[in-house]
Amino acid sequence: MDILKLNIDDIREKLDSNEVSSQDLFDASLDMAHKYQDEYNAFVTIMDKKEESDGKSILRGIPYALKDNFSTKGILTTASSNILKDYVPVFDSTVYTKLKESGAVLMGKTVLDELAMGGTGTTGHTGVVRNPWNKDRLIGGSSAGSACAVALGIVPFAIGSDTGDSIRKPAAFGGVVGFKPTYGRISRYGLFAFASSLDHVGCFTRCVRDAAYVTDVLKGQDEKDMTSLEDDGKVYASLIDNDVKGRKLFYIKEACDIENYKDSNDDELLETLKKFHENLDKIRSLGIVVEGVSFDKELLNAIYPAYMTISCAEATSNNANLTGILFGPRAEGSSINDIMFNARTQGFSELIKRRFILGSYILQKENQEKLFLNAGRVRRLIVNKMNDLFKEYDGLIMPSSGGIAPLFGTKSDQLSDRYLILENHLAIGNFGGFPSISLPSGFVNDMPISINITGRVMEDDVVLNMANKIESVMGYKNIVAKVGEKDV
Amino acid sequence: MYKVVIGLEVHCELKTVSKNFSGSRNEYSSLPNSNVATVDLGFPGILPVVNKEAVKKALKMALALNCETPDIITFDRKNYFYPDLPKGYQITQMHKPVGINGYVMINVDGVDKKVLIHDTHLEEDTASLDHFGNYSLIDYNRSGIPLLETVTEPCLNSAKEAIAFLETLRSMFLYCDTSEARSDKGQMRCDVNISLMKEDAKELGTKVEMKNINSFNNVKEAIEYEIKRQTEILESGGKVIQETRRYDDEDKKTYSMRQKVDAIDYKYFVEPNIPPVKVTSEWLEEIKREIPMLQYERINLYMNEYGISRKDATTLVKDKAIAEYFEDGIKEGGNPKTLANWIVSIIMGHLNKFEIGIDKIYLTPKMLMELIKVLDAGKISIKQAKEVLYKALEEEKDPVKLVDELGISQIGDDSEIRVIVLEVIDENSHLIGDYKAGKKVFDYFVGQVMKKTKGRANPSTTARILREELDKR
Repeated sequence: MDILKLNIDDIREKLDSNEVSSQDLFDASLDMAHKYQDEYNAFVTIMDKKEESDGKSILRGIPYALKDNFSTKGILTTASSNILKDYVPVFDSTVYTKLKESGAVLMGKTVLDELAMGGTGTTGHTGVVRNPWNKDRLIGGSSAGSACAVALGIVPFAIGSDTGDSIRKPAAFGGVVGFKPTYGRISRYGLFAFASSLDHVGCFTRCVRDAAYVTDVLKGQDEKDMTSLEDDGKVYASLIDNDVKGRKLFYIKEACDIENYKDSNDDELLETLKKFHENLDKIRSLGIVVEGVSFDKELLNAIYPAYMTISCAEATSNNANLTGILFGPRAEGSSINDIMFNARTQGFSELIKRRFILGSYILQKENQEKLFLNAGRVRRLIVNKMNDLFKEYDGLIMPSSGGIAPLFGTKSDQLSDRYLILENHLAIGNFGGFPSISLPSGFVNDMPISINITGRVMEDDVVLNMANKIESVMGYKNIVAKVGEKDV
Repeated sequence: MYKVVIGLEVHCELKTVSKNFSGSRNEYSSLPNSNVATVDLGFPGILPVVNKEAVKKALKMALALNCETPDIITFDRKNYFYPDLPKGYQITQMHKPVGINGYVMINVDGVDKKVLIHDTHLEEDTASLDHFGNYSLIDYNRSGIPLLETVTEPCLNSAKEAIAFLETLRSMFLYCDTSEARSDKGQMRCDVNISLMKEDAKELGTKVEMKNINSFNNVKEAIEYEIKRQTEILESGGKVIQETRRYDDEDKKTYSMRQKVDAIDYKYFVEPNIPPVKVTSEWLEEIKREIPMLQYERINLYMNEYGISRKDATTLVKDKAIAEYFEDGIKEGGNPKTLANWIVSIIMGHLNKFEIGIDKIYLTPKMLMELIKVLDAGKISIKQAKEVLYKALEEEKDPVKLVDELGISQIGDDSEIRVIVLEVIDENSHLIGDYKAGKKVFDYFVGQVMKKTKGRANPSTTARILREELDKR
């Protein structure tokens, strides 16, 4: 059904004019989900019964997908890990509660990289998630299934979580919008923690306006999450059409200036950067000032290691509850300690164990100062530098990635500038809790590319406003992967 | 002889309505696993929400322990795997405890000692485990209950001092109304670190740790056993091994649990889910105002200001309610020594006999004072007063009214007694001659007066007036 490929305003109109019922939409969404499941594997669970709600928001009656690391009472929630493969929660996450109350209709729980750790969408316990634009390519992660479901047009929006770039990167590779607001804007209660100080809740949509609609529903203080922010009382969807003339954006010269890569034969990267600068010119036509600024290269190179250090450390502790004692598969063992040991040995993939060992090593007394605390210092230096720049600029604009979604099995050079900076700068948004949005900005080799805008803390409205205007001049609003023509 | 060095780590559950980081009830003695929220079980996605009342009570104790308090409250994670710890980490305070560098004054056999407090910090209790043959049961009721851990410097030098400190600390919890501090309910538990050193040695000896001792008496016996055990090792030229030992209260011995090559690395780091909370000076002042005068100060006050013996003062302050009863009596104009005597000998006897608190008796300090006034006025004898008091306590009556009802108040008034004396002399005028002749009839006259007054006439007044009147004849 093509209605699901429309944006929220248009679907709303069709529902309100009784052209289509909420049940029709739900059924159509399930049909598509099942149809594409074998090929793309977006879902861990596809619902079979529509939940009834008397919600009154703009989202009422509209189906959506939820990443499978949000606690849903009575509905399997696996975090795409064997250690939780049969776990049915006894309580609802705040995000799910709010969506239920808004009248939005849950149609499925989406695949993620195991426990949200990973950026490929290939490590979930139910298999690999494929990119709707090209099945040979990955879609990125960790919110792989949510990005995939929106890109396929199964749902107009989906919920994800973002610890380093886990919404914005798959959004970029999938040709959809991915937004994570300011840290604390949306409650994390019921989100399976990966790295608590970096974890954000956010959404996937096919246009910026829809991201504003969804965020308006999700935001607000939650007494169950002490880090949640007092509501700012703003309706973002009503502010996104504000004039942006005179706004100022900066990009990081070290990462974006093409002459830095003059010896490179990475055509994909060069093409992506060329398109980026072409887009900057379009953006300038809105009256937005865009300037390149210099950022300490050493700090930029430290983003990825600092991110890995902090996130692995927090993840080790956050996932120490997964022992099979209270929930999850119970392992055999001759003592309680053996039972816990065996449950964890059998329940986690090698990749996860590797991260836990790293995290444990990082937190060891003798390594804390050198690793954990230093990573925290790097984080603070980067955030301070950003806040300095935010005194003059309203936001940072960057390519969301240095290229397009990689083919399965390609290994990137993790010490290259492209990798260290262009593939990892999105973590800056998590370091500082800055609102950050990625939106489609064109195609390279028939695959979508994306730009990212990251703004000042608390200024979610400003970021959405600029993104909405920029979206209108770039011309890639409401794109849906043409799977019908090419692959199916 | 060796010098004994002891440091204590005392865990005490705080009294709050709900748990430290969840909304489930903080209550002892309900069914297993009945006071449990998802947060206490560490389900995926849970987040802690700090109980402000627990923080306030922890700060109150920190202030009572004369500690320095932090500018902000933060929490840390202590990471280790054990089935009684559902999250795989305990939320505790490592970097900024609610109190550091404090002290407590104790008195051992009349000698004052300052016990130094390294720190006191707020954390959450673990679940309780019961091990059976080939299985174990877990009760999560205790999981997440606010726990205050108070750590002394290694500055105690005997079992007696250790017990005096524990008793003083318990009294502080009770006086500050921050815990019931009952070791029989597992609310107060103690780790003991103990080492022996030569009197002239510069460095501490090798430390042995004994974990989770659950009564003061066991602490005493465990320390005494360890002193004996370590002394024997050192005397025979051996070396004490650094280890954790377990005290068995059945055979009253300690047993090695594990040797400590290295301490366990708990990989502490700041709890990211709890933003720092500022401790304002206004808040601290408010908390300070709620701390009552504590035992040690009260004992000194009673001894120095009221002239009461240490023994009686110590008895009076054991229970804050009794101390307050005593002080209320003084406010009613009572003589402190007399009051103390009555409370310690009679009222506390009554409380012990019926196992009730002083708040449960009908007799108010004012009523007690009125009774003492009647006694002081010579209206009743001390024996009568005691009898009346017992009766008043048992029958829940105002003792002064009881004196009236029983008709036992003495007739001490001269004119009233004179009337009766004249009557008696007139009725027995035939004996006046015998009196004048020096025969022993005086006691007979007294007896007749007593008979007429049912024994209520004041004996000495009666005798005086009788002589006066007989001499006039």
